[in-house]
Formats: sequence, C-alpha cells, structure tokens
Amino acid sequence: MTYAVELPLLVLLLLTAATAVFVKELISAVLILGSYSFFLALVWAWMGAVDVAIVEAVVGAGLSTVFFLLTLFGTAPRDTRIRRPRPPIAALIGLPFLGLLLLYAADDLPEFGDPHAPASTHVSPFYLENSIRDTYTPNVVTAVLMDYRGMDTLIETAVIFTAGIACWLLLRR
Amino acid sequence: MIESPHDSVIVRQLGGLLMPIVQIFALYILFFGQYGPGGGFAGGVLLGASRIVGMLIFGEEDRPTAVARKIIKGDGLGLIIFAGAGGLCLIGGGEFLNYANIEIPGLSAPARRYLGIILAQIGVAVDIAVTAISIVFHLSFISGDGGSRD
Repeated sequence: MTYAVELPLLVLLLLTAATAVFVKELISAVLILGSYSFFLALVWAWMGAVDVAIVEAVVGAGLSTVFFLLTLFGTAPRDTRIRRPRPPIAALIGLPFLGLLLLYAADDLPEFGDPHAPASTHVSPFYLENSIRDTYTPNVVTAVLMDYRGMDTLIETAVIFTAGIACWLLLRR
Repeated sequence: MIESPHDSVIVRQLGGLLMPIVQIFALYILFFGQYGPGGGFAGGVLLGASRIVGMLIFGEEDRPTAVARKIIKGDGLGLIIFAGAGGLCLIGGGEFLNYANIEIPGLSAPARRYLGIILAQIGVAVDIAVTAISIVFHLSFISGDGGSRD
C-alpha cells in the first residue's frame, strides 16, 4: 500500500494546523483553520467517507469560518489581542511523550479496510446484508442512521435545536 | 452589522447566481441520500449555507435577510417533523420510530420504512438549516464596540 496521496495531505494538515496556532492575527488564524478543514474534507473523501467530507467542507470550511469572522467583526480589537504565555515545562516534556505513546499504540490498530477487523465483523455484516430487504434503501449509512439507529439521530437533532435556541437566547436584542 | 449590499457588482451577481444552484444541489443531496452519499445533515447544512451566502452578500435590507427573518421563526419545525414521523408509528400501533407501523394502506413494510426515512431526513434537514441560519442571523447583529447590548 503506497501513501502517495495520504502523506502530502497529512503534511498539509499538520502545516495548516501549526500555522493556525502560531500566526499573529486572529483573522488569519480563522482563514487558515478554514483551509485546514478543507484538507480534512479531502482526507475523508479519499478514505471513502463522502458524507463526512461534504459536511466537513460545508460546516468546517464554510459555516464555522463565517461564525468566527462575524464574532471577530463584532468584538473590539482589545478583546482579541493574542497573548501567548510560555508553555509549562511539564507540557513541553509530557505532550511529545504522549504523542510517542499514541504512535506506539497505533501500531496495533487494524489495517485500513481490513475485513477481519472487529469493527467490520460485529454488526456491520448484518446491516450490509439486511438493510435493502428491510428498508428499500440502498445506502446502508442512511438506513443505519435514520432507521436502525433512528432514536440516536432524533436526539442529535434535538441537540442541534438546543444549540440554536441557546444562541438565540445569548445574542437576542 | 451587515447593513448594505456588498460593494462589488461581481460579488452580487455571482452570489445571486450561486444561491439557486447551491439550493438545487442541496435538495439533490437531501433526496438522493438514500441512494448515494449525503442525506439530512449534509443537505440541511447546504440549504442553510445558500441562504447565509445571500444574507452576507445582500445585507440587512434586501430580500434574503427578510426571508431569513421569517425562516428563523420556524426553529423546532424540523424536530416536530422527525418526532412526528415517530408519532405516526405510535398511532399505527407500533413502537416509536418503528417506521414499519406508519399507517398507509397498500404499502409493504419496507416501503413504509422508506417513507419514514424520507420524513426523518426532511426533519433533520429543516432543523439544521434553520439552526445555521438563526445562528448567523443573530451573530451578524452583535455590534462592533465590544458587546451585543444596545
């Protein structure tokens, strides 16, 4: 398995994430975060999760950029000045160590698309075999989200509704 | 904050051109979600994004913002559609959200499930579109001198 597409995308992701942290102005950071989300959407699309890619491109690269920019325009410059205190020594030593530990653990993860991985041997075969007979819906993801796990999606929708109501309560005039 | 339309004629023309195209694409994603990638979440977010583009380009006075002002009164409608599809199953004598019990004569159980999934997706899409528009609408009115209070 070659990584001709994954590696450049991963490097771009790391670059944009690091630039967003280190850049001087908040507006530049917001725009760079938008490009970060766009590269992330490309990663999702490359890995076959096109649903997630569409939502990431619209929400991550589009809507959240708009939210951030509107908030920045609505705040005074003195509120958005960036202060960067020096990170504590414990973080400087501990976080790379944690990263190494995660890389070491990642070695045990199943290969991408492995048919014998636990994720694809538990309930996935049932959905793949029965969803078209049960629901007439060829897209298994939709059948799982909206029918087999309908209650889950209903509560998610309620969460989004609550978020909208909360924004209205906080920002109303 | 966004009182007037955008200065550039290119931005206004392209924005007006882009809005209906994005809306058609959103509807395609929403209703094609049972055959391909997409569905309620992606379609709803795109629907909301198309209105938001209109609000940002054409400003407070113009039609898109007036439409948005009406749309955000429908917050919760999507949730009612989704939960109502579940309630229809209760009326049909089954479990909540068990779409096979939607009471429509002459339909087989999988066809009822198909219908229930469409209703649920429309509910999710409406909910998400209205929420996105409402957040941008309210955010765009916070004033520039450090607070939302008048």
